[in-house]
Amino acid sequence: MSERLLMKGNEAVGEAAIRAGCRLFFGYPITPQNEIPEYMSRRLPEVGGVFLQAESEIAAINMVYGAAGAGARVMTSSSSPGISLKMEGISYIAGAELPCVIVNMVRGGPGLGGIQPAQSDYFQATKGGGHGDYRMLVLAPASVQEMADCTADAFELADKYRNPVMVLGDGALGQMMEPVTFSKPPVSVSELPPKPWATTGARGRAPNIVNSLHLENEELEKLNLRLEAKYRRMKSEDVRAEVIDCDDADVILVAYGTMSRVCRSAANMARSAGLRVGIVRPITLFPFPSEILSELAKKGVPFLVVELSLGQMVEDVKLAVNGASPVQFYGRTGGFLPTPKEILARMESVLKDRSQAPCGAVPER
Amino acid sequence: MLEEIIIAGFGGQGIMVMGRLLAHAGMVEGRNVSWIPSYGPEMRGGTANCCVVISSDPIGSPVVAEPDTVIAMNRPSLEKFAPSIKPSGLLIYNSSLIDIVPERQDITVIAVRASGIASELGDIRAANMVALGAYLRARGVVSREAVVDSIRAVMPKLSQSLIDLNVKALDKGMDIAGDQLMISESIS
Repeated sequence: MSERLLMKGNEAVGEAAIRAGCRLFFGYPITPQNEIPEYMSRRLPEVGGVFLQAESEIAAINMVYGAAGAGARVMTSSSSPGISLKMEGISYIAGAELPCVIVNMVRGGPGLGGIQPAQSDYFQATKGGGHGDYRMLVLAPASVQEMADCTADAFELADKYRNPVMVLGDGALGQMMEPVTFSKPPVSVSELPPKPWATTGARGRAPNIVNSLHLENEELEKLNLRLEAKYRRMKSEDVRAEVIDCDDADVILVAYGTMSRVCRSAANMARSAGLRVGIVRPITLFPFPSEILSELAKKGVPFLVVELSLGQMVEDVKLAVNGASPVQFYGRTGGFLPTPKEILARMESVLKDRSQAPCGAVPER
Repeated sequence: MLEEIIIAGFGGQGIMVMGRLLAHAGMVEGRNVSWIPSYGPEMRGGTANCCVVISSDPIGSPVVAEPDTVIAMNRPSLEKFAPSIKPSGLLIYNSSLIDIVPERQDITVIAVRASGIASELGDIRAANMVALGAYLRARGVVSREAVVDSIRAVMPKLSQSLIDLNVKALDKGMDIAGDQLMISESIS
């Protein structure tokens, strides 16, 4: 089937999850992601699945923990304040090495913040968020098609690594409609690879134990090192980024998700004004495309990192670039999306100040 | 080709549906399209607007800052968005509800008595289709047929008689815009 459907990003996530073999969804409502539970509540019963609106986000993530432990493909979704509530459960799921998919349609914070788009949960998503030495694999789609594709991939990657995978969108991606094509045939749940570690009833075999408690130092360190090896493997096998026109660029924009779309418009404007602008768009935020950036930085080309935050991913860009070229930052918050002209103006000032600009200067407004 | 549109009015005027019809019609005709609503805590009666982009190339920002076209269904929308229209762009406004005359001389302005005409056709809720018809005639970015074909996909619960009414309203809007464009051409 390759019909183009006009769908909201949130709906595309729901349909992609079902096609990926997800038959269980646990969640609690919050704007701007409500179309996901709405879609799942309608569609899951049609395919023999279960939609359950839990009494809280905390209950929902622990239901995910349980279902993942029993070997099911399972998903929850929320937006920033709700994701904060899930963090304890996510840490347990990472510690218990269980696969699941968590969708965050980010809105502005801190606290209850607002309901408009933001990218201010980058740190929370990529640096742990919950307690303990753990990481989630984080996918950052930039279109409704990618919302669908990343959700499908998230289930595969979660199973591949036995690790929670986050799809990090934002309010704009969730609410907007674009054509989407589901080109792959739906996954047959009964044909998914078996999960011999799952707690499926121990008749005829030794019991499986799914747990994140390790009171012996040796046991816990063994887990920590196993997790570290897993994250290293993610870095070598599953880094994704889109690199556009960077070869002879005067300046390279680094942005993900919705922000990368505005950067694309700004780059088009800049090119018609004679500027050579490249774009690096990380698709995996963890593992981060550090090598791509450090390679480009060798030419000394300045980077302008643009985010819907006051500067989070810019820290990973600076770590990757490691002083080899200037890194500047521009961000908007509060639910504002910068216009392409705003970004164009920042690019022009980056080029003008190229020699004297301090690395990572925060812009005046 | 790249057409960036802002459609605005108050909640309940069918603003979002107009945008979705345009986006769907663009998709049917093989274009890249995006539709994004302003979403806020308000429901019926609050302000509502959406951005539609129709393009032959991949779409960058789905949020439109400087539109080629604004369709304003009430006065606050006209006041808010008319100044942002690109030079030689297009403004279509619902003159049934807007009692001021737009000042800009560098754009094409089409006044459509959308709410009045829709009432005369039997349902004021079809005002959005009158304005959309005017847009189709003035801009020609998507065809009338693609929009008509999209009605069922975008509003699957609409009865046949309401579909007929919507098509009638669309055609009326196209006629009005055609007449106005002819007059303005003969003046200039």
